[in-house]
Amino acid sequence: MTTTYAVLSEGLEKRFGSVPALRGLDLAVRQGSVCGLLGPNGAGKTTAVRVLTTLLRPDAGSARVAGHDLVRDAAAVRRGIAVTGQYASVDGDLTGRENLRLFARLHRVRGPNDRAAELLDRFGLTEAADRRAATYSGGMRRRLDLAASLVRRPEVLFLDEPTTGLDPVSRNGIWQAVRELTADGTTVLLTTQYLEEADQLADDIVLMDRGRVAQTGSPAELKALFGRHVEAVVAGPHALSKAAAVLDRLTGTEPRFDHERHTVGALTTDPTLTLPRLVRELDAAGVPLLDASLRPPTLDDVFLRLTGSAA
Amino acid sequence: MSALAYDGAAMVGRQLRRVRNSPGLAVLTQLMPVNMLLFFGYVFGSALAMPGPEYRSFLVPGLLVATAAGGLMTGMFQAAADTHRGVTDRFRTMPVSRAAVPLGQAVADLVVTALGTVPLLLVGLAVGWRVEGSAAGALGAVGLLLLFRFACTTVGIFLGLLTRSEDAAGQLGASSFVLPLLSDAYIPTGNLPGWLRTLAEWNPISAVTTALRELFGNAPVPEGAAWPVAHPVAGSLAWSALLIAVFLPLAVHRYGRG
Repeated sequence: MTTTYAVLSEGLEKRFGSVPALRGLDLAVRQGSVCGLLGPNGAGKTTAVRVLTTLLRPDAGSARVAGHDLVRDAAAVRRGIAVTGQYASVDGDLTGRENLRLFARLHRVRGPNDRAAELLDRFGLTEAADRRAATYSGGMRRRLDLAASLVRRPEVLFLDEPTTGLDPVSRNGIWQAVRELTADGTTVLLTTQYLEEADQLADDIVLMDRGRVAQTGSPAELKALFGRHVEAVVAGPHALSKAAAVLDRLTGTEPRFDHERHTVGALTTDPTLTLPRLVRELDAAGVPLLDASLRPPTLDDVFLRLTGSAA
Repeated sequence: MSALAYDGAAMVGRQLRRVRNSPGLAVLTQLMPVNMLLFFGYVFGSALAMPGPEYRSFLVPGLLVATAAGGLMTGMFQAAADTHRGVTDRFRTMPVSRAAVPLGQAVADLVVTALGTVPLLLVGLAVGWRVEGSAAGALGAVGLLLLFRFACTTVGIFLGLLTRSEDAAGQLGASSFVLPLLSDAYIPTGNLPGWLRTLAEWNPISAVTTALRELFGNAPVPEGAAWPVAHPVAGSLAWSALLIAVFLPLAVHRYGRG
């Protein structure tokens, strides 16, 4: 059986005036998977989502989304997708119930009132159902946003930073809802600033940088690319450079400093580097070592290495 | 077409529910013309050559049209707010008829305007304004008024989709307050210097105001006026048709393009 892709783009380009936002974006999102789209600010994530959701026409390139050509058959694409996020919001002047009824009607759902009630219940919004959405807390608003995308099950759901600014409990609620969705076969394209979120939810990760794909793979694959993360915490700022010299020699990669925490770190693919050896070498160099660790890298580490900036 | 009717009806329902959910705003909007009727009618009116009762009869149609022209502001602000807050983009990513969103907004606005005109008419009656012509003429006047409102809202929606910013729309909208000042809505244009008179008489507001005064039987068509004012009913229809023909397609296109 051949893999089918819910989102497949080739060479997508988009520029705003003289500023290129997408410079040949090739994406392949497997049907039924969660794809995490990551990248530093300005990498083109938002533009990519706006193009793939028919909000912007690409200047060049082609894409199929939910089985239809993005440019030639945008209306069919819109029947297969749903978009939730900072730039595709519910109406704050309507109540939660009115919002869901409206979206259900526009999607030609049979029994829009029942569907609205069902979704309000599922997302724990029944009590607030008849209040204006503008009065909702951040977490409630996101849940309503997500519910509005699910009035009719979409083939592809675009989630744009679904948990930015949410407390951990609300965040877990959203994550749970996303997992249930994918269990039903919906494909999710997720953009997020939280690498932990991508780690938790995504089957595949696409790292974007300057309008292109910089790296793709599963979270485990991306981390494996970089082996393990070596870290040394020292007694004071004066010892940082000495520790860095040791890490540089052991790993062959350029160490990164965290001056506030008196910490220096590096990535290693050398399987012979063990914790005792690390400690011995640092000690031998006269580094006043307070703590040392050798662990799999987080996506943050990977991200910093690949793009040279924080997410 | 049936998709447009269905989606359009859903959008009209949306706009009406919004008004129902925040009735305070609608009430405030209606207070403005009533206040102006009282201030202009009694305070400024006392400085005019026209006797007070006559001026207030002259003023009510002017305020009705000036309020209708406020559709420019309302349409612009709503469209800009929806765009700014991401609601418009949500609709754009959905299988919704492209014309339904702008049209739904303009049609819902007509319903709100029709209801919102009632307080002004009641206060108008209280200060001495009357329908002095035929019932058919009065109905025609209301029809022209709503058509003009629809045209102004259409222009506003296009501008709102263009500016995309609530702040900019608010500023632009506030300055649209001057449009009726440069027309015969509040004063007869006959005494204005030549070029200013021409400008005021080619203001669409003047044609509609004159048409209302004629149809309600409040004041005769002024002599020697420019064509739209000299033939006020035809002038009003022509202005409204022109604005709708230009700006409705522009608004729908702008909405669709994103």
